Amino acid sequence: MSKKLIGEIETQNLNICYGKHCIIKNVNIKIPARQLTAIIGPSGCGKTTLLKSFNRLLEIRDDVKISGKILVDGNNILRSGLNVSDIRKKMGLLSQKPYPLPMSIYENVAYGIRIHNHIDSKKLENAVNNCLQEAGIWNEIRDRLHDPASGLSLGQQQRLCLARAIAVQPEVLLCDEPTSALDPISAQQIEKLLLKLKKEYTVVLVTHTLRQAKRVADYVIFLYFGEVIEHGPADKVFNNPKHPRTKAYMQGEIS
Amino acid sequence: MNKRILEEKIFKILMYVSILIVLGSLFIIISLVVANGATSLSIEMITQTPTGGYYLGKSGGILNAIIGSLFLALPATGLAFIISLGIAIYLQRDFTNPSISSFIRLSLDILWGIPSIIYGVFCLSIMMFLGLGASLLAGIIALTLLEIPIITRSMDESIKMVPNGLKETAYSLGSTKFETAYKVVRKQAMPGILAGVLLGLGRGIGDAASILFTAGFTDNIPTSVFDSTAALPTMIFHLFSSPIPGVRQKAYAAALILLVIVLCISIISRFLLRKSSKFILK
Ligand SMILES: Nc1ncnc2c1ncn2[C@@H]1O[C@H](COP(=O)(O)OP(=O)(O)OP(=O)(O)O)[C@@H](O)[C@H]1O
Ligand SMILES: [Mg+2]
Repeated sequence: MSKKLIGEIETQNLNICYGKHCIIKNVNIKIPARQLTAIIGPSGCGKTTLLKSFNRLLEIRDDVKISGKILVDGNNILRSGLNVSDIRKKMGLLSQKPYPLPMSIYENVAYGIRIHNHIDSKKLENAVNNCLQEAGIWNEIRDRLHDPASGLSLGQQQRLCLARAIAVQPEVLLCDEPTSALDPISAQQIEKLLLKLKKEYTVVLVTHTLRQAKRVADYVIFLYFGEVIEHGPADKVFNNPKHPRTKAYMQGEIS
Repeated sequence: MNKRILEEKIFKILMYVSILIVLGSLFIIISLVVANGATSLSIEMITQTPTGGYYLGKSGGILNAIIGSLFLALPATGLAFIISLGIAIYLQRDFTNPSISSFIRLSLDILWGIPSIIYGVFCLSIMMFLGLGASLLAGIIALTLLEIPIITRSMDESIKMVPNGLKETAYSLGSTKFETAYKVVRKQAMPGILAGVLLGLGRGIGDAASILFTAGFTDNIPTSVFDSTAALPTMIFHLFSSPIPGVRQKAYAAALILLVIVLCISIISRFLLRKSSKFILK
């Protein structure tokens, strides 16, 4: 049985404003399923804002206005009356700074599974262990599963966050500069994991470092002051950028 | 001498003087209570209720006040804790818009500043309206009201300190607002929440004015919430009002007992505090 490709994100005329300040302007993009898409662009151009709109996390604040459509597998997730919790469950988020929940390592991963399913403890244990293995952290923490998660190193915390994100079985992984706070070795580990995970999940990676984008991306979106200047398959955008501003960014003339 | 060095010196002296005043008065109070109280402390004081002539210096004890204090302060703190947790969580951005919550915070701060005798009088007038007499129940209500602003505000402050990213993390996993608040934010804020409860309990167990009218005073141990009851602060007040020196001495012993109770509560809550901070993010 072949799995149906799910986890495609499409935006139509997406506008996002904080109060009177419009950050995302008329964005129309299509993020392919089961690939790694990199969102690049200078600081403050709205990458985080765009990413957080995909799991409707912006709405925690009351002064954010969103218009347009965000289609996930064809369904507009901005439609009113949807269960936000279900949408967020489909879209795992990995933030720049890892935030372990104030619980043990085991509980961090079990948390998401528990709030969405009622399963017995044996199955739960299996699921947790699998996620920890998949996130490449199992060997390091197998005998301190019940220690505080806050005691892990930053790199380990980030991998724990990855394990925790995949535990709720999302379709998409939204990653907001997940390696920028990490040492090179940990960063590399995360990168490798994302490359592995893109076979099962749609991965959207916001990154500051062009080199990282070049290393891992299949598809690239270049954002500049809230507008999408160029988007397309990675080799095209990197080797043959059409827009002069993209070229300038690639050559480090704007950052 | 250089002006900045002089400034520094003056500031340092000021600091030392302030610390000396605080530590000095703490030391004097405790030694006064211990020195005077220990001599008149006896086993019967904590095992017996007052007999007829107790306030004239005869035998008996203040068990009624010890039990009364616990019966008043513990349920009141429990009630205040539950109510305060609800308010404190409601006050956060995720639930309420900031203009409403800042109004509620202001109201709570004003309530905090109201003298406890006013709470007593307020509860008394409600009791008269309902046709109730001085009772354990009324005392508990007065203390609960007294403690709510204290506990709520300190919980509120510690919940506000929970990093935004942690909340976002919880939401991203698909938690509802309720789950985020109770399973994640509450855990992270637990040390502060406990500290708030301790603050409230300390205020409640030591306050005399709010229970003076509402709980009344009696020599018996209360057997129902409608009985009036003595408490340590009101007992101390009565004993001190006596013209007989020996009886006044016993007020110190009562104060010593109160001090020991508060100390025990502090030690227990320190232990809980340590336990609850084990998992939090620093
Ligand atoms: N909560 C907010 N309220 C108002 N303005 C905001 C808010 N969050 C972000 N902004 C503004 O929106 C713009 C885009 O922010 P965003 O965080 O999306 O940028 P970014 O591309 O992720 O930047 P960086 O690469 O530095 O992380 C910035 O100008 C920022 O000041
Ligand atoms: Mg950002």
